Amino acid sequence: MATTPVIYFNEARFELLKLSRNRSYLFSMIGFPVIFYLLFGVTNKNYVFHGHTIARYLLAGYSCFGAMGSSLFGIGAGLAFERGHGWLEMKRASPMPAAAYLLAKLSVSITFAVGIALLLMTLGTALAGVHITTFEGLRLLAVIALGVVPFASLGLIIGLVMPSNAAPGVINLIYLPLSFCGGLWMPIETLPHWLQVIAHGLPSFWFARLALRTLGYSDSSAILAWALLAGYTVLFLSAAAFIFRRQEARA
Amino acid sequence: MAASVISEPCHNATEDVTDHADASVIASLRSVTKKFGQQIALDRLSLELRQGEVVALLGPNGAGKTTAVRLLLGLSEATSGEVSIFGGNPRDRASRLRLGAMLQVGRMPDTLRVREHLQLFSSYYDHPRPLEELQAVAGLEGLRERFFGTLSGGQKQRVLFALALCGDPDLICLDEPTLGMDVEARRAMWEQVRKLAAQGKTILLTTHYLEEADALASRIIVVQKGKVIAEGTSAELKAADQSRTIRCTTSLQPSFVSALPGVTSVEQEGNTMLVRTQAPEAVLRTMLERDPALSGLEVRAAALEDAFLALTNQTTAVTR
Repeated sequence: MATTPVIYFNEARFELLKLSRNRSYLFSMIGFPVIFYLLFGVTNKNYVFHGHTIARYLLAGYSCFGAMGSSLFGIGAGLAFERGHGWLEMKRASPMPAAAYLLAKLSVSITFAVGIALLLMTLGTALAGVHITTFEGLRLLAVIALGVVPFASLGLIIGLVMPSNAAPGVINLIYLPLSFCGGLWMPIETLPHWLQVIAHGLPSFWFARLALRTLGYSDSSAILAWALLAGYTVLFLSAAAFIFRRQEARA
Repeated sequence: MAASVISEPCHNATEDVTDHADASVIASLRSVTKKFGQQIALDRLSLELRQGEVVALLGPNGAGKTTAVRLLLGLSEATSGEVSIFGGNPRDRASRLRLGAMLQVGRMPDTLRVREHLQLFSSYYDHPRPLEELQAVAGLEGLRERFFGTLSGGQKQRVLFALALCGDPDLICLDEPTLGMDVEARRAMWEQVRKLAAQGKTILLTTHYLEEADALASRIIVVQKGKVIAEGTSAELKAADQSRTIRCTTSLQPSFVSALPGVTSVEQEGNTMLVRTQAPEAVLRTMLERDPALSGLEVRAAALEDAFLALTNQTTAVTR
């Protein structure tokens, strides 16, 4: 179909427009990482960690934090709202390809994640004297963009099972502990040992390892981290597909 | 009691219709059963839509109207039976390009403008209607730059109506289209539905406003407990209901009148009495004999509402 690429483009364009005008969504997604980074990173700019200001180290974690938020809220809460109020039914009865809907949500999550990371880099550079090379910055953005995928898949599950009014609360219950325990808010070494053990089972931890690696902080295996994130993605997508099929059979 | 008498001839009529499959049938449900767990929502229900018809699916809440529409749109799969649209599966893009649907939507994204919602939906179709035309048809002039969240209930319904018409579809399904609309907006939408039918479009409408079905539908299908219990034009359904309503001022006791043979219900409004009966002549004869002073006499044939109530056996009249 000649019109199909146009559908995919329009779906993503209007999804971006829709979310960028939604204040409560913007606050949760951009507000949290920016405020936390200013509080814990920028105000501690004289605290030296691994030979640099801590603000440089925390740039990686808070960028991951922003990426998780944009995908969990954008996809989880967005889908729960549109599914719960019957709007998704209208779209599904139209000739819109289902993939256009999902890819629009994914691409907008990536856009916001990259935007938040860029914003944090700017804040860190301007206010806390963080120095990163262009190459490091680009590698970090690439990790952030790709790392959105497993959390987008988790968002899909939340969007499918949660009622629209409960979704934001449930997302916070997943998002905040996952961020803290994964070492996104403060260096993982400063967490109690038992939490560090748990962290190794969390997708957020491996996401942060990859981000830290781009700034030269972690020398753990990138292949292992990517493999684990891919594994989580497959797991979450399979669960989402299973839930969707079961709902379809009952619909 | 009344229902069984009336549904007999109509039921035969339904079977006659399904017997000769004609070329103008553009969508059909054939002996479709839909179960939700143990609960049966549709019970071997068959219906056909022919080109240019306005068909109203009428029935009490939970009768299976919305389920039937969702199956026709491919939003839900039949447990058994066959669903066909334009000779194909409703889930195919080719079918959906010729289909427009206005469903019951509680909320949709508030932060897009009316124009943007229309632009997005229009881009799904190969040959969308021009936006100006859509706005005129759905009565959205002056609202195009408004955010969806700022619209009133009736205005939101009109946006959903416009979305259903975006692709210039041949079959339009409207699920309770005038819910929450004021009288003026409702009449305006009826006018548009009539225009669409005049252009050869087929319209399937579910409604619980009898007036709406009466005003619009070329054919009414009455559904109850997942089954078609009657089918025909509004006039046919009314004619099938043999009952009459007698209205008069009388000193007779309601208890006496309600005991007369053939009386279904008696209602007293001040000194006016409303008597519903299957045997108007015999009842009137007795009443006039017993009360020579009986005045203000009026005998009315069944309205669509009476026919509907008789069919679904939900008599609301109070018998005293």
